[in-house]
Amino acid sequence: MSRKTFARILLYALMIAIAVIMATPFVYMLSIAFKTPSEMIAYPPKFFPEGLYLDNFRQVWAKSNLSHYFLNTVIVSVVKTVLVVMVAALAAYPFAKLEFPFRDALFMLVLATLMIPYQVTLIPLFVLVKKIPLTGGNNIFGVGGTGLLNTLWALIIPGFVSPVGIFLLRQFISTLPDELFDAARIDGCSEFVIFSKMVLPLIKPALTALSIMTFQGAWNDFVWPLLVTQRPSVWTLQVALSQLQTQFSGSEWTQLMAGTVISVIPLLTVFMFGQRYFVEGVAFTGIK
Amino acid sequence: MPYGRYRKDQVRIAYLFIAPAIIGLLIFTFLPVISALLMSFTEYNVLTSPKWIGLENYKRLFSDRDFAQGLKNTLYYALGTMPAKVFLSLFLAFLLNQNVKGLPVFRGLYYAPEVTSMVAVSIVWLYMYNPQVGLFNTILRKFGIPNQAWLFNPKLALPSLMLMGVWKNLGVNMIIYLAALQGIPRMYIEAAELDGATGWQVFWKVTWPLLSPATFFIIVTNLIGTIQVFDQIYVMTNGGPANATTTAVHQIYLRAFQQFHMGYASAMAFCLSIIIFALTALNFKIRKAFDY
Repeated sequence: MSRKTFARILLYALMIAIAVIMATPFVYMLSIAFKTPSEMIAYPPKFFPEGLYLDNFRQVWAKSNLSHYFLNTVIVSVVKTVLVVMVAALAAYPFAKLEFPFRDALFMLVLATLMIPYQVTLIPLFVLVKKIPLTGGNNIFGVGGTGLLNTLWALIIPGFVSPVGIFLLRQFISTLPDELFDAARIDGCSEFVIFSKMVLPLIKPALTALSIMTFQGAWNDFVWPLLVTQRPSVWTLQVALSQLQTQFSGSEWTQLMAGTVISVIPLLTVFMFGQRYFVEGVAFTGIK
Repeated sequence: MPYGRYRKDQVRIAYLFIAPAIIGLLIFTFLPVISALLMSFTEYNVLTSPKWIGLENYKRLFSDRDFAQGLKNTLYYALGTMPAKVFLSLFLAFLLNQNVKGLPVFRGLYYAPEVTSMVAVSIVWLYMYNPQVGLFNTILRKFGIPNQAWLFNPKLALPSLMLMGVWKNLGVNMIIYLAALQGIPRMYIEAAELDGATGWQVFWKVTWPLLSPATFFIIVTNLIGTIQVFDQIYVMTNGGPANATTTAVHQIYLRAFQQFHMGYASAMAFCLSIIIFALTALNFKIRKAFDY
């Protein structure tokens, strides 16, 4: 066998070995989710379950109310993604292609927010959300009630502006040739028409990448939802899992694992079909 | 400002379009930062009015043993995972760059941990580390090595979390390196090979320097990310055993949302931010020194 073929085989063997290592936690997660409770605490433990025990999934979905948290997460993730992408696209277009006073200074402002670490804004945002006037029992000064705490709005509104998104879309839009815009304006199109009928279709890949990034972030978000959802009715999947983890005893671990499987399936499915967009989004922010 | 230079309708539309974003940033980012700064000079528990206490919070920070331990753990975690993250992900990117068949499958498998939530990952690894029935001890027992306490052993707890952290983030860094590798013009490599350079020499003298922007980016972003680690601490150890795994953000969380010392926690948050800025600035300085 030639040296080159040997090297190829070694390469594939190495990559497969690494793939197995990377995948092991996932396989482990699946194997526990399909085990019966007694299999779980059996000693010595076997890696694979005897059969496919589906009751864990049924229990955690219905009895532990995971279906409700799933719905919350879907609502928050979808609404937030739509909002973020719309607001970012609207803002990116003028920064990329229009001329107006203070344009560069304002864009610097947007970029500056990227430098702010999240732990600084956590506490004041919490207070802000609690004190929003005329909500959740608050009077006009924001006193007396709990504002938007324990609502799904608290999960959507504080994060509806994405500086990364604005930056990403602006870069994309600025690569569009100026002639397109001059021609459209000569034809008498309003800026709004130019934006919606010309720019948006042309930046579809960037819009998709941003949507996926935002959806992933919203779906997996943990700290902020942990803080503002103290009532189970507004828990997201991540918060619910973390709370169930402390509530479940050893024999219920199989249920918890089934819940974990349920929580990762949607994103992993989107990832399987749209891997390209996940990767492009990351690579693009890297080439900043 | 020569207003006449701008077209009036363009200006109006421009401000209209950027308004939601700018207003949102002002209310939900800039305002909170100022508010946090002010809060750090007060004693505040949300239920009653804030009480101004000047620099008291910052003074207390210096003698706060828990926070000091949190900072120590945080820096250990951040700096300890960095070499593995950089070199392992570069290695993976290098492998993926070898024109393999089925690239999307491998890339997908290597990137998948990044797509799953930290909470989900934490729960799975929590049971992998379980001393009685967990995967790691089961494997160790087959080799005759006794059960390790992992997350319950003050010496092993943080390294266990670090291993998990490296596993989860390999994918992201790998993608960045892959893009950078693919951006290196082949002629540089070929020129070096023609000059008689060995594989290692080509790598260290040609590839590695050309990758330095990517390396720099990876180091800075991972540093900032690992310094802010929280999710897995909350889910897996809650800072234990005996503060062995508490982190800076975890401390901030405890003070603000379990003890309701919002002012003190804000001071902590600013302190941490200064550290982050300092480390980032240091990185930029180092980069300038090594610029090619």
